Amino acid sequence: VTIATPPFASFGGAIEFIFTPQTSNVTGGNTVGGIEQVIELTLAQLEVTVLALALAILIAHPAGLFLGHRGKGELAAVGLGNAGRAIPELGLIALMAAVIGVGLFNLTVALAILGIPPILVNTFVGIREVDRSTVQAARGMGMTELGIVRKVEAPMAVTSIFTGIRTSTIGIVATATIAPLAGVATLGEFILGENVYGSNGVLAGAIMVAVLALALEFSLAGLQRVLTSKGLKLMPA
Amino acid sequence: MASLALPLAAVGEVGEGFIQERTGQVCQAKPSHLFCWDWARENIDRYGTPTLQQLELVAISVVLGFIVAFSLALLAHRRRWLRPPLLAGTGILYAIPSISFFLLLLPITGRSRETAIIALSAYTLQIIFRNVTVGLDNVPVSAKDSARGMGMTERQILWRVEIPLATPEIIGGLRIATVSTIAIATLAVFVHAGGLGTQIYGEANLHFPTSILISIVIVMAMAFTFDAVLLTIQYFATPWRRARAS
Repeated sequence: VTIATPPFASFGGAIEFIFTPQTSNVTGGNTVGGIEQVIELTLAQLEVTVLALALAILIAHPAGLFLGHRGKGELAAVGLGNAGRAIPELGLIALMAAVIGVGLFNLTVALAILGIPPILVNTFVGIREVDRSTVQAARGMGMTELGIVRKVEAPMAVTSIFTGIRTSTIGIVATATIAPLAGVATLGEFILGENVYGSNGVLAGAIMVAVLALALEFSLAGLQRVLTSKGLKLMPA
Repeated sequence: MASLALPLAAVGEVGEGFIQERTGQVCQAKPSHLFCWDWARENIDRYGTPTLQQLELVAISVVLGFIVAFSLALLAHRRRWLRPPLLAGTGILYAIPSISFFLLLLPITGRSRETAIIALSAYTLQIIFRNVTVGLDNVPVSAKDSARGMGMTERQILWRVEIPLATPEIIGGLRIATVSTIAIATLAVFVHAGGLGTQIYGEANLHFPTSILISIVIVMAMAFTFDAVLLTIQYFATPWRRARAS
């Protein structure tokens, strides 16, 4: 008696799906998967992630620097950070798709909205935590307010600023996985399309999303090292 | 709730007719019709079970994550060299998108509640670990010295001085972990583990803003409630902070 193996995904099958195109048994013999499609969808997910991250940084970073330097709006900034964490990303993307419409532009805006709170809060907190006497000393040396932000506060807050950007990136790249709900093909295509790509396709998508997210995380960690000033690296943590 | 099960499963096409069939009310699934109060009033009870499922997922995952992360933090408090590898390890678990984490477990635990709980608790580790570590680090040396002077053992110092003084950071980490997990547990629908994601994802709901909005509101209300509860616990657990303030 032979027992039919259930169509469960296996890591071997998923790796095979990533590298070689397979015949889909569902779509009537179309080929799916393979390295070309995997690279294409990975780049698509990277693209929308970078776009949204850039938009989020563009809005939240100056706002965090400004509010932090002025020491104003702590309640608003921290409140926004807390509220941002509570937004269910699946709900946000689904609501956007249903009400405003699908497409790359809308998706980018929605992802940027998710990415703004962590950057804003961490930039704000980082700047606030810079020793006020250091800032006063800079002021006494005749630095302009803009100069103080750029040359004193921001470099000293670089750890906190990067914590914000990294948290934001993790959230954006994760949510970009469900982008197909908003009409943008990313690696989520494999994950949400089990009836086309099979269970190995789903697992392959999950593997590639994890690889992409970790690659981004490590790149940002590297960038943070480069951008941390030499003097601060020497300081005991 | 039961009366809706049949037409939901039977109808493939989504449109005005579908929504009417679903509700018996005239309620259009047009973008212009953002929220349908009549439908919401009649169907609010269908959100009970998913809400409870989500609560359960979150409670189990956060408690599990807290036990593991707290133990690891205490371990790393004594053995400093453990800290960098533990930070890096939990950091990797944190960086892997939850939806991907869920599905990576498919060959091992399949589509199940266990899968969701494993992935969700793994996600909380970094947040809790980091906060407990920072909290213990921030305890003033003078406080520890006084305790030592009073004849306390290292163990007593840990449980009676260091951990109580680190409470704000520990609860701070718990708050972030809980709120994030409540939001992310919505994705449990992808491993068939229930939760409010079921009322967002799925052909029927994806084109029905009313259901999506109700789900979002429940999730966010749940998050704020837990945040407030934890903040209250922190207030009562740290009476000395109030004494200093007044």
